[in-house]
Amino acid sequence: MKLDTSIHAEANRQMTICNACRYCEGLCAVFPAMTRRRTFSDGDLEYLANLCHSCGACYYACQYVPPHEFAVNVPQIFAQLRSESYYRSAWPRTFAPLFQRNGLIIALAATVAIALFIGGFVAMHDPDALFAVHTGPGAFYRLMPHETMVALFGGVFLFAVVAIVISVRTFWRTSGGGTIGLSDLLIAGQATATLRYLDGQRGGCMNEDEQPTDRRRFYHHCTFYGFLLCFASTSLATVLHNLLGWHAPYAWYNPVVLLGVLGGSGLLIGPAGLLRAKQRRDPQVVSSDTRGMEVAFLAMLLLTSASGLLLLVLRATPAMGILLALHLGIVFALFLTFPYGKFVHGFYRYAALIRFARESKLPVAGTAD
Amino acid sequence: MTVVSEAFVKCKNVTLSSITMTDSDIFNQPYDILIAGGGNAALCAAITAARAGASVLVVEAAPKAMRGGNSRHTRNMRVAHDAGNDILTGPYPVDEYWDDLLRVTGGQTDEQLARLTLDRSKELWDWHQQQGVRFQPSLSGTLSLGRTNAFFLGGGKALLNALYLTAAALGVQVIYEAKVTDLNITEGVFHSAQVQKEGEVFPITAASFVAAAGGFEANIEWLSEYWGEAAQNFLIRGTPYNRGEVLRLLLNKQVQAIGDPKQCHAVAIDGRAPKFDGGIVTRLDCVPFGIVVNKHAERFYDEGEDFWPKRYAIWGRLVAMQPEQVAYAIIDARSVDLFMPSVYPPEQANTIEELAKKFTLDPQRLRTTVEAFNAACRPGTFDHTVHDECHTEGATPPKSHWARPIITPPFYGYPLRPGITFTYLGVKIDAEARIIMHDNKPSPNMFAAGEIMAGNVLGKGYLAGIGMTIGSIFGRIAGQGAAQAKHRPE
Repeated sequence: MKLDTSIHAEANRQMTICNACRYCEGLCAVFPAMTRRRTFSDGDLEYLANLCHSCGACYYACQYVPPHEFAVNVPQIFAQLRSESYYRSAWPRTFAPLFQRNGLIIALAATVAIALFIGGFVAMHDPDALFAVHTGPGAFYRLMPHETMVALFGGVFLFAVVAIVISVRTFWRTSGGGTIGLSDLLIAGQATATLRYLDGQRGGCMNEDEQPTDRRRFYHHCTFYGFLLCFASTSLATVLHNLLGWHAPYAWYNPVVLLGVLGGSGLLIGPAGLLRAKQRRDPQVVSSDTRGMEVAFLAMLLLTSASGLLLLVLRATPAMGILLALHLGIVFALFLTFPYGKFVHGFYRYAALIRFARESKLPVAGTAD
Repeated sequence: MTVVSEAFVKCKNVTLSSITMTDSDIFNQPYDILIAGGGNAALCAAITAARAGASVLVVEAAPKAMRGGNSRHTRNMRVAHDAGNDILTGPYPVDEYWDDLLRVTGGQTDEQLARLTLDRSKELWDWHQQQGVRFQPSLSGTLSLGRTNAFFLGGGKALLNALYLTAAALGVQVIYEAKVTDLNITEGVFHSAQVQKEGEVFPITAASFVAAAGGFEANIEWLSEYWGEAAQNFLIRGTPYNRGEVLRLLLNKQVQAIGDPKQCHAVAIDGRAPKFDGGIVTRLDCVPFGIVVNKHAERFYDEGEDFWPKRYAIWGRLVAMQPEQVAYAIIDARSVDLFMPSVYPPEQANTIEELAKKFTLDPQRLRTTVEAFNAACRPGTFDHTVHDECHTEGATPPKSHWARPIITPPFYGYPLRPGITFTYLGVKIDAEARIIMHDNKPSPNMFAAGEIMAGNVLGKGYLAGIGMTIGSIFGRIAGQGAAQAKHRPE
């Protein structure tokens, strides 16, 4: 990914053209938000970029896309600007460069984490324990003590939360700051939960060409809700362990497993569908600079669910040890890189939607009709 | 809905088969109907004819990315309706529409064709949606059109995409970057056409022909026949592909003309706009807020005569009449945020003289003009939303409204040029969209739709969104007629 302040200049140039046209005002939230401004600060542009869901509808509707000399391509410049805004708001600042060559970094993190878990299992036990059959409550903890697992994952989870909260707060401030009302949170929450703006407003999003489809919205729902169900499964397991003393692995009918299987399936279908859609997408609409980051995140989600489901199926076999290390390694790397990868898009998008809900209540500054 | 979903099912088969079809395969097939042009009117004709069972070839001069003529730059269509709906804010009866048309044309309209257009415009809201087109409420800055005009969601190019998808689903063949270079017509009957693509010429035989290839506004040499040297300084707001070649072919083959060949719709646009295809973003709404001077730094017309939407279309001609077809709008800091943002930033300076230099105007003369104007401004309450009391006394020409002294720096200036939207010259048609020949008889198998025949309804002036209405109505009529013509005995 190139880090270049000219991204802001180019986005500014394009928004100035769009603001004199406004034909796309009905397509999504970006263009109504744009018409509230006559000029665009860097913060304004980052806000608009994060409001963009990359549905592609405006590209195919635009009379000024290349080969027109105005060369407007809003989905593409906004994809670049989004990753630029992640970079600029990253916390701690030292880690901001992780957004560069992001695909490589995430692949490395995953590999190293998996290796460390395998090595750790071997170091703590004799190597044979890794390939032995463990069953019954507490089987997993014979390979890794529960406390160690909680400390490691709790620690990395807390770090991710803190890093994301601080960077999103920075983004909120650079894009204008201000207080947030409950109704803003709810309106933005609804738009997030339904992906209201990923369909070109009734037209469906565009993927390969000007033919609208709704596939990406469907697959994103699978991914998002799959992730939430997996998260719910893990949270429930924590409660069962600590309050009721029930230790994993759980029976197939236990809600922890049911939620995990359902969520894991969503996390298989969703990222796989999104990867396929990405592969087939019109290259004009996307930014090659951000492709590595996007693919890496989808791949990590896919690996998380695949390794988790495989672990479920093979947990009573000698493969369990290796699969557990694999799964924990992937999840650990996923959590660790949450603040420095595509995962943050959801939080920036939600913040942008909150700003949109907030400013939509204000009257539009008057222009002569 | 069923029609649309059927269309999409069909679409897959057609797409699969057309992948392997080369241009010459397409040219070598027989067609019932040949359509010249690829804008809204052409597609309305193609879809209607294909739904009536005809095989259709559309020949579009532009490449796919630039397809659709001036429809690409449109954003709405004026449609009569007896009641408002969730998008149109109130009723727009046919009678009111008729009054509006009479007002702008000064009666230069064929009443039969005009009434037909306005009556049937009621059908378009549903018809276009059935073809996959979506509507949206009027855009910010265009509230005055919210009742009368149906805005296309995403604009004219989105409308074209929907129409092209539907046409493809119905089996309509489209060939891009191809031109109709000759027509074989005897005694008002069309037999065949020559179509040129990449230097190769293909003969196309079809039972009927629809001319929907627009006007000649992008043909500077043709404009020069009427405007002389001045035409070289015109900017063309729309597609560079409207060169009027099909129009000229027809007029050379015993087809009756309609509309004043010297007239064109011209508005004052930003002088820095591209030569062609600048479209909507090059418009400037600043004129009523200041003064406009020519290259001699002299005012030449009442800038505050009426609201800009009612005056912008006369300013194209006004600027075209000035030396070198150029003018400069001058405003001050108080006005700069009162109109729609412009695509090019204004020139800016802290003194009038400095601003004059940026436009190579005589600084002293501009100073004198501004001071004379300022001295003529009568005090009053400024309100740009009404015909306010701010006017000049003793200035020549006067400024009737919104006249405020230009005194608050920084001062801003925009260069203006005539921006040509369309030409009025076209082919005469009857109520069945049949082309009328010199002997006053309609051709049995030649039809016209869109800008190429709009002069029948719109002899003068313009009414926002009526071009798309005319194109849609006569496109559908032409498509229907052309599909029936193939069954008629010769």
